[in-house]
Amino acid sequence: MLRRVPEVLVRARGLTKRFGAFTAVDGIDFDLFRGEAFGFLGPNGAGKSSTMRMIGCVSPPTSGELTILGGDPVRDGVAIRGRLGVVPQEDTLDIELTVRENLLVYGRYFGLPRKLIAERADQLLEFVQLTDRADSKVDPLSGGMKRRLVIARSLVNDPDILILDEPTTGLDPQARHVVWDRLYRLKQRGVTLILTTHYMDEAEQLCDRLVVMDRARIAAAGTPRELIEAYSSPEVLELRFAPEVHEAAAEKIKDLGTERIEATADRIMLYVDDGDEALERVRGTGLEPLASFVRRSTLEDVFLRLTGRRLID
Amino acid sequence: MSDVSRGDDPPYPPVRARSQAIVSGARAETVIRSGYQRVLPPVGDLRRLKSGAGSLRLIERHVRAYRHLWLVFASGITEPLFYLLSIGIGLGVLVGKVPGPGGQLVPYREFVAPGLLAVSAMNGAMYDSTFNVFFRLKYDKLYDAVLATPIRPLQVALGEIGWALLRGVLYAVAFTLVMAIMGLVTSWWALLAVPVAVVIGFAFAAAGMAATTYMRSWQDFDYVILVSVPLFLFSTTFYPLSVYPRVVGVIVECTPLYQGVTLLRDLVLGAPGPDLIWRAAYLVVMGVAGVALAARRIARLLLP
Ligand SMILES: Nc1ncnc2c1ncn2[C@@H]1O[C@H](COP(=O)(O)OP(=O)(O)O)[C@@H](O)[C@H]1O
Ligand SMILES: [Mg+2]
Repeated sequence: MLRRVPEVLVRARGLTKRFGAFTAVDGIDFDLFRGEAFGFLGPNGAGKSSTMRMIGCVSPPTSGELTILGGDPVRDGVAIRGRLGVVPQEDTLDIELTVRENLLVYGRYFGLPRKLIAERADQLLEFVQLTDRADSKVDPLSGGMKRRLVIARSLVNDPDILILDEPTTGLDPQARHVVWDRLYRLKQRGVTLILTTHYMDEAEQLCDRLVVMDRARIAAAGTPRELIEAYSSPEVLELRFAPEVHEAAAEKIKDLGTERIEATADRIMLYVDDGDEALERVRGTGLEPLASFVRRSTLEDVFLRLTGRRLID
Repeated sequence: MSDVSRGDDPPYPPVRARSQAIVSGARAETVIRSGYQRVLPPVGDLRRLKSGAGSLRLIERHVRAYRHLWLVFASGITEPLFYLLSIGIGLGVLVGKVPGPGGQLVPYREFVAPGLLAVSAMNGAMYDSTFNVFFRLKYDKLYDAVLATPIRPLQVALGEIGWALLRGVLYAVAFTLVMAIMGLVTSWWALLAVPVAVVIGFAFAAAGMAATTYMRSWQDFDYVILVSVPLFLFSTTFYPLSVYPRVVGVIVECTPLYQGVTLLRDLVLGAPGPDLIWRAAYLVVMGVAGVALAARRIARLLLP
């Protein structure tokens, strides 16, 4: 067996970002290790992009400590950026260039030799399955293709860390799966990923470790499994009732036992060890749900538990 | 440095080296080992991009993006040429001779040509540093992408102004050639016209870019026209300063295009005086201030 020597690529302590009087990131701590996929899960406005921009050295921290690849983001910004790959939340593709030219020109911004960039461009287009669109302009590409091109572009300098800010937001399900597949491959190849998302399935699929971010702070940290074990139950029983009895049913179930219950506008969720057994107990009180189903806990449940809100409203 | 530490990594390491690492045995081990255990070189040693290089990379991008548009570029020269033909020659017939820099009388077309040369250097430089910079800033998001790489705001400003300047110089060279062919150049001093056009282009490109960083929408460009048209008309382009009442004359003498017009006219008509030094200095200072302001504004807007 190989012994993996954990190497800290990014270290943040008390990292804070303020815009005027508004605090977008409020004293967060985290470490990013080489080779891992690290996620920031949180709703819109949580401060994820602000954090990514600080790591990307395009936004100076207001206070706290931030070390990236052993350097300081303000003092060593030039050198650090040379070793990062960035997929920003909004595509910043060059609409005056073709797909392939986007890679060629971007590589030059890093000062790489043209020949090397040309080789990599071909490999990267292959990797993101855009070879047949190489000479197309950027505008006619679908959202998923544009996203893949941004990913290819972010790899052109062979980065030590790949930063992805909401890599699949706004894509249709098929396009999301293609992006996930590519990111999963990068992960397998040992590329260090740091990504933000407000999709819990994305976080669960891609992240080795993640932090749950809410209102500028980190609410919890761990592996997806650890978070679910710590903040949720093994199973969740979801119940739906007719709207007119929904509230009364929720009250009645609350009296039922000690387990945790969340009632949203249209559903009642029971956090239990055994979903089927809980359903029997509900039925035992004379309540008959319109629909019921038992599922495993997800990160969404963790988020609901931690904040009392859902990730996407 | 990073290249050294990466040692035997093939050209596109993340995909190839690491995939090998996963699939094949003993060799994989060493790759993974070197991958995980490699000690990061101190970040400061990695500064590969020299200051000027970053700007050149941006110019390289523009060359690629506008390769197909060379005709649009070339057509920009026609405007001052049309002025030269209509005003210099057409109007010149009516006007006859006017007092030149040394007080001697010169044919009107010889008088007006250097003025139009200064205008073409200004306009050529302003096209790119205003409209095109605004487009790249707000719509193309070019600078957002560029600033995520090792390129810095100052290099963005220098690159854009350098590119705009190239266009201004191109127009100036073409215009000077036409002047020479038409026999409007009478002195060897005129050889300095091209470097002077560079200085004029630099001053206006930098000022134009700095101003553009304050623009909120396309409507705001009316202000550019509000400034550039009076400069074009009143900077003694078409008639000597003596035409103005004293007060107006003093004001005109303080404006930037007047410095450019005077520089070029005195050189082309072979009557340079020592005042040309500080007129050139005026334009250089204006350009340097414009670069500094543009860089600061870019950082402020895009690196909050
Ligand atoms: N440049 C800025 N100026 C002022 N406020 C900002 C700026 N950037 C982000 N914010 C604010 O900071 C908060 C966090 O934003 P962001 O980091 O983009 O969150 P997320 O990416 O998690 O959706 C939001 O309320 C946003 O309006
Ligand atoms: Mg965001």
